[in-house]
Amino acid sequence: MREIKSEVITKAVRDLCIEANSFLPADIKNKINCACENEPWPLAKSILGIIKENFEIAEENHVPVCQDTGMACVFVEIGQEVHVDGNLEDAIHEGVRQGYTEGFLRKSVVRDPLDRVNTGDNTPAMIYYSIVPGDGFNLTVAPKGFGSENMSQIKMLKPSDGLQGVKDFVLKVVEDAGPNPCPPIVVGVGIGGTFDKAAFLAKKALMRNSDVRNEKKFYADLEEELLEKINAKGIGPQGVGGRTTCLAVNIEEMPTHIAGLPCAVNINCHVTRHASTTL
Amino acid sequence: MIKRITTPLTVEKVRDLKSGDDVLITGTIYTARDAAHKRLCELLAEGKPLPFDVKDSIIYYVGPTPAKEGQAIGSAGPTTSYRMDAYSPAMIAAGETGMIGKGKRGPEVIEAMKKHGAVYFGAIGGAGAYLSRCIKKAEIVAYEDLGSEAVRRLEVVDFPAFVIIDSEGTNLYETGRREYLESEK
Repeated sequence: MREIKSEVITKAVRDLCIEANSFLPADIKNKINCACENEPWPLAKSILGIIKENFEIAEENHVPVCQDTGMACVFVEIGQEVHVDGNLEDAIHEGVRQGYTEGFLRKSVVRDPLDRVNTGDNTPAMIYYSIVPGDGFNLTVAPKGFGSENMSQIKMLKPSDGLQGVKDFVLKVVEDAGPNPCPPIVVGVGIGGTFDKAAFLAKKALMRNSDVRNEKKFYADLEEELLEKINAKGIGPQGVGGRTTCLAVNIEEMPTHIAGLPCAVNINCHVTRHASTTL
Repeated sequence: MIKRITTPLTVEKVRDLKSGDDVLITGTIYTARDAAHKRLCELLAEGKPLPFDVKDSIIYYVGPTPAKEGQAIGSAGPTTSYRMDAYSPAMIAAGETGMIGKGKRGPEVIEAMKKHGAVYFGAIGGAGAYLSRCIKKAEIVAYEDLGSEAVRRLEVVDFPAFVIIDSEGTNLYETGRREYLESEK
């Protein structure tokens, strides 16, 4: 049994909150750079240039890339041989509290969806646990902005809707979103499971490196096909028209019920942020 | 061509702005998001004065991050505008002539813009660090309890935006996309 002190977890979460908000992942930066070079529409190209300059300013000055520093989504992969000394969940929330207050990040969480009083420290975190074999402990913090989160949708398709139903739904969600989620976007798709698992898969898909395709060829091809179809829509950066609407489509799938075909689409903006560490 | 505009944004200046124009805004603008708009519109409904002069004003839909030492304001890009659609017609009727945000607007907002003479600017969503540099001064004028959502008076210099919807209702989200797709044929 391996011991991990809860203070170590708090410190790690704190640092990841600050890091993720100022430094975009390399794959996203590369994709924006490539899009900027290849964009033929003049206004779209100049917008991509500013988006690029923006993440460079954030990186250089250690300031948030975007003012919506999000809800802190924390993915915890915990080995079953690990024992946490202290309260794991409290340790994570405390890390978020410290990261958002000490890191000059925006506090964007209300304590109740209807009375809407700000909690003042961006807690609670949204925590996703997975228990795995061994004694590892991996943490990912993904600040999720709500401009794009609000443009996400889920649909319980019928089995007879099949592959075409999935494609149509993904394209519909992107069409409905239009300029709202700050394109160029990253699209996470979850197919299968139950109502809630499909939504989780869509969020998990956004955590995957955008250069890495689904390991099954069928879904990898579907990712490429949907990316092409989304970019053929011409929505463009910020919705002003152009080739660059989407940087990547990531799909995660899992078994489901004989009667169902759940499909969730989680949209992310060009500020697709996540930072990870291993304890 | 880039159009430079200075506040106050009179209706005459509004009529001169066309969908697709690149603009640089200099002067005083105010911030308000969902929670502040709700309160402002409650005041309007009660016939009470607003905490700032709304006539010929530009409202920027933004909730900035806290300023670090030496900064006037933290990262400060636009939030999605449709959430303000319920409030904008009343604000426009009260004298607001410019809105800065990102994303689609509802037909009731566009109708109010045409009727009273107002313009909807888009700033680049997600470019909070970049846009922050054009904001030279920030001061809370109302609703401090709302934190990031408080109403702030901003002094901006050459704040970059483009006209999404002009006072005739022409919409860059529709025309820009159509023209791009035609250019690809």
